[in-house]
Amino acid sequence: MTDIPLSISDLTVAYHRKPVIWDIAVNIPPGTLVGVVGPNGAGKSTLLKACLDLIPVTSGRVEFFGKAYQEVRHRVAYVPQRESVDWDFPILAIDVVAMGLYRQIGWFLPVRKRHLQTAQAALDRVGIGDLANRQISQLSGGQQQRVFLARALVQQADLYLMDEPFAAVDAATETAIVEILKQMKTDGKTAVVIHHDLQTVRDYFDYVILLNMRVVAAGAVDEVFTNENLQKTYGGRLTLLDQATEAMRRREIKT
Amino acid sequence: MIASNDWLWELDGWIVLAGILCAISASLVGNFLVLRKTSMLGDAISHAVLPGLAAAFLITGSRHSLPMFIGAALVGIFTAAMTQWIRDSGKVDEGASMGVVFTSLFALGLVMIVRAADTVDLDPGCVLYGAIELTPLDTIPVGSLEVPRVIITMGLVTIVNLAFVIAFFKELRLTSFDTFYADTVGFASRRVHYLLMTLVAITAVASFESVGNILVVAMFIVPPAAARLLTDRLSVMILISAVLGTVSAVIGHWSAVALPRLLGYSSTSTAGMIAVISGVVLTLAIAFSPKQGLLPRYVRGLRLELSILRDDVLAFLFRLQERTPQAFASHDHVSASLRANSLLVRFILTRERHRGNLVYGESGYRLSSTGNQSAVNLVRAHRLWEQYLVDQTGMDSNRIHEHAERFEHIANKQIRDDLERETQYPKSDPHGSPIPKESE
Amino acid sequence: MIASVLFDAWLRTLTLQDHNTRVVVIATTLLGFAAGAIGSFTLLRRRALMGDALSHAMLPGIGLAFLVAPALGLQAKSLPVLLGGAVASGLVGTFAILLIRHQTRLKEDAALGIVLSVFFGAGLAILGLVQQTPGGHAAGLESFIYGKTASVTTYDALWIAGTAAATILIVVLFAKELTLLCFDDSYARARGFSVVLLDILLMSSVVMVTVVGLQAVGLILMIALLVTPAAASRFWVNRIIPMLWLSAIIGAVSCLGGSLLSAGVAELPSGATIVLTAAALFFVSLLLGTERGILVRWIHRRSMRLKTDRQHVLRGLYEIVESYRFKNLATDSSRPGQSSKNQVSRSFDGEESAFANHESLVSIVDLFSMRTWSKLRLKRELKRCQADGLIKMQQETVCLTAAGREAANRATREHRLWELYLITHADVAPSRVDHGAERIEHVLEPEMIAELEQLLPASSTRSQVPDCPHSETDSIAGDALPQGLQSRGVR
Repeated sequence: MTDIPLSISDLTVAYHRKPVIWDIAVNIPPGTLVGVVGPNGAGKSTLLKACLDLIPVTSGRVEFFGKAYQEVRHRVAYVPQRESVDWDFPILAIDVVAMGLYRQIGWFLPVRKRHLQTAQAALDRVGIGDLANRQISQLSGGQQQRVFLARALVQQADLYLMDEPFAAVDAATETAIVEILKQMKTDGKTAVVIHHDLQTVRDYFDYVILLNMRVVAAGAVDEVFTNENLQKTYGGRLTLLDQATEAMRRREIKT
Repeated sequence: MIASNDWLWELDGWIVLAGILCAISASLVGNFLVLRKTSMLGDAISHAVLPGLAAAFLITGSRHSLPMFIGAALVGIFTAAMTQWIRDSGKVDEGASMGVVFTSLFALGLVMIVRAADTVDLDPGCVLYGAIELTPLDTIPVGSLEVPRVIITMGLVTIVNLAFVIAFFKELRLTSFDTFYADTVGFASRRVHYLLMTLVAITAVASFESVGNILVVAMFIVPPAAARLLTDRLSVMILISAVLGTVSAVIGHWSAVALPRLLGYSSTSTAGMIAVISGVVLTLAIAFSPKQGLLPRYVRGLRLELSILRDDVLAFLFRLQERTPQAFASHDHVSASLRANSLLVRFILTRERHRGNLVYGESGYRLSSTGNQSAVNLVRAHRLWEQYLVDQTGMDSNRIHEHAERFEHIANKQIRDDLERETQYPKSDPHGSPIPKESE
Repeated sequence: MIASVLFDAWLRTLTLQDHNTRVVVIATTLLGFAAGAIGSFTLLRRRALMGDALSHAMLPGIGLAFLVAPALGLQAKSLPVLLGGAVASGLVGTFAILLIRHQTRLKEDAALGIVLSVFFGAGLAILGLVQQTPGGHAAGLESFIYGKTASVTTYDALWIAGTAAATILIVVLFAKELTLLCFDDSYARARGFSVVLLDILLMSSVVMVTVVGLQAVGLILMIALLVTPAAASRFWVNRIIPMLWLSAIIGAVSCLGGSLLSAGVAELPSGATIVLTAAALFFVSLLLGTERGILVRWIHRRSMRLKTDRQHVLRGLYEIVESYRFKNLATDSSRPGQSSKNQVSRSFDGEESAFANHESLVSIVDLFSMRTWSKLRLKRELKRCQADGLIKMQQETVCLTAAGREAANRATREHRLWELYLITHADVAPSRVDHGAERIEHVLEPEMIAELEQLLPASSTRSQVPDCPHSETDSIAGDALPQGLQSRGVR
């Protein structure tokens, strides 16, 4: 099963002892573009962060290409939410992109010219090569998002996890990102993308995970992305489950 | 310094009172510093007022209180305003702009003092680390009583702070909680902010020369922080912080006199010890606060674990007797089946037997009739949850057991009834086991 | 006579002829360099005041080391022993801060303040005991609080230099990793860099620099060396590595300048002088910094405001002239058999320019009523326009010149393109468009205009000024995208 890029089983995550996602079990087929869709607070970002060991997991297992994340970091690239960093930071676009190579460069060693060339190529690929030497606060929201995407691209990973890359970006950026996603698919790479816009799910993705605390449905877009499933995903939360969860939090049960 | 080995109320009483007044006045305003996440501003202002003091000395040539207060208050407000201005106009991180402002002002004050050393007797060490121990020496007659000047100053500051907090309680609460909202409903949060800063500066400077800088910085932050851990209500928090400050002052001075003697020294710095004791008080709050404390949290967790284990034991015996009505279960059997700590299981079994939920027979334990009743509801909850999870979330029936296991412990009658309704009154759970009727 | 003696003293100091001065100055300069470099990272990690708390937290360690060392058979006053104590209690302080922040509901600022005051109180209490030990009174431990640059010996200077060099080495070796930590720690963690380890590295570097700095500039002023140069350098550069070195240089210059000044002038305490020098450099940077300085930003804002005013005037004139045209056409178009809409658009298409005739004479009162702006500001801008040859003013009326017409066409076209773009692409309600355009249009760059033109099929010709998409005349064209107004003069 080592060709499965991302395999999640029984994953449960609790924030302050209040479960955010429940018992997630998904296997993502290689070479697909996967959309993760669900209402606010459904735990979409939590799912990605838990996969990447960024937040403690209550129970369950996550495997990348059949191995633990620590062993295959180089094959997995992460595009965090744009709001996650301070865009006032004194750094140029190209330096941010080069961060994707730090792991490869190794400790102590400086960033060399060829690394910057790789970074420049990635910026060209996302269509903002001319902005390489801008300080990042002087970029528009869409351009900042593209910088993050370029940072993931330089890694030459096989699996890309993206946290809302389409949030509040201009049309040109959206088109650019979609082009990159299509290119990834042609190259046999896999992308898991958290997505908000239900209108475009069918156009952008071929596999979809409907998430609302638990996996409501997961599978090929044609089969799974149905009105009935969407109703289940967005049609409110399970009140009793919520009550129980809340009671559990109050009594500090370790879930 | 106290030369005598004995505790003299005429001396130590005044010192403790000075400490208490400092603690109360500082923690009154300190609560709002802590809630506004600007605790460090107390530290910054109390360092930054140095040039204000120095200027007052240089201009008036004396150590009168009034000019000093005015100088300090002006510089205090200046510090707060400057910090905000640099943060906003220079887009500098708040902490950094505070750091730049207060270190510059402090340095300026030092230079002024050293330059003026010929004309005025002013030692930076004395200004910053003013000796609370000297309190009883400088007195003013009030009626027939010789009252130390420090007590009068600090008493006045305490009254002013108290009046401020009482008069502006509503505004302070609102602006500390939500600045933007306060502005939109017409409370000038900026004005309240600067008023607060003025009082911080005045409190700092009053304490400065009398009890020392470090003490006031500690009293601004530590008692309110400890109070924050003990309550969720602002008025109660202010009250508790004042009490904790008082306690620190009393114990602090006592330990400054008494503790060093155990090590063969004579007494040490009272201000330092009061700060240390307030730290000890805070540590106790962190450890033992009923809601937030580490230990109560641990104990609650443990008790919860025990009550869960008890539920598990009862439910286990119920299922056992469901299959074989006459069965008894030995201690080993129970702990092995539940995969639980053997000692804990023994504790539960013994306790439940004493409570009459279990009977002990030839080869082990079984449920008594009362035990049976509580076990029925547990098993009922468990099976209803399983049914609910399968119905509503479409979970695989092989995996639901674990979740139901967690939920069964918190299903009261209300939830059980809701569950039954939402799962349309099932007879059996997804595994085919019967769902028992609610027992009284 | 006296002057020449003083001058000689100055010269001796400045040329570092005095051995002790030379040692002290070189050591503090190195210290400033190291503190400036590591300080940029703490600033960017938003931990600027951590140094403050840590330096206070070191005092009890110094006192305890002094008390305990003789019992262990060590020389109480030896610098390594005291520094060892300082580092140990600094680390305990760090641990306490982390504990408070993670295990309680108290926030970072409270944690810093608590550790600072409680540890410092403990330090004072211990110093109270130290003073009672034989030789304790002269131990000079107070110099840790205020700093006594002059008392730095060659031996101390070696320690300072060594620590500074080690810190600079850490900065050079880990520049890349520390940058990542400060910029995006969750990404760093996802990529497998240990954030905890890097934080410890950063904080222990701060502890090291602070410990040796305590002696030179004192506890309270040490924080200035960590914060001020870093904050100052941010005004000049936009890139972390240059910022780092600039901050180091500012730190070094402050120390050099400050200690020279204090060595040359009597009764100027060195620590305070160093800090004041750094503060002066900070304020110069705050005002004049080329990247974020107040002056630069003010000039930028002013030129932006002028540009905005200019465009408002030009567009106002254009729109008034345009409205005159509509009125005339509307009165002419009562001929039977044709709807007025079609006729309006057709008539416009046939025109050469909206400014063809006498109607382009506009009264200032009309222009003033176009929008809410102050009369003074409008008058000033009109004068500037006249000076630039864009308009001619006669008493209370304004008339665009040929160059003015071209400029007005361009400004209006850009504005409307942008509005159209917002409507067609960003789902912005048309009623809100104008406001957005007011602000964003003025920052449009030529490439963006070209892009907009490509996005908007109806305005494929560069010379067109599309109709205002939300005016009452929006029914002119009947189609989704309005027909343009032809105008000459624009390329």
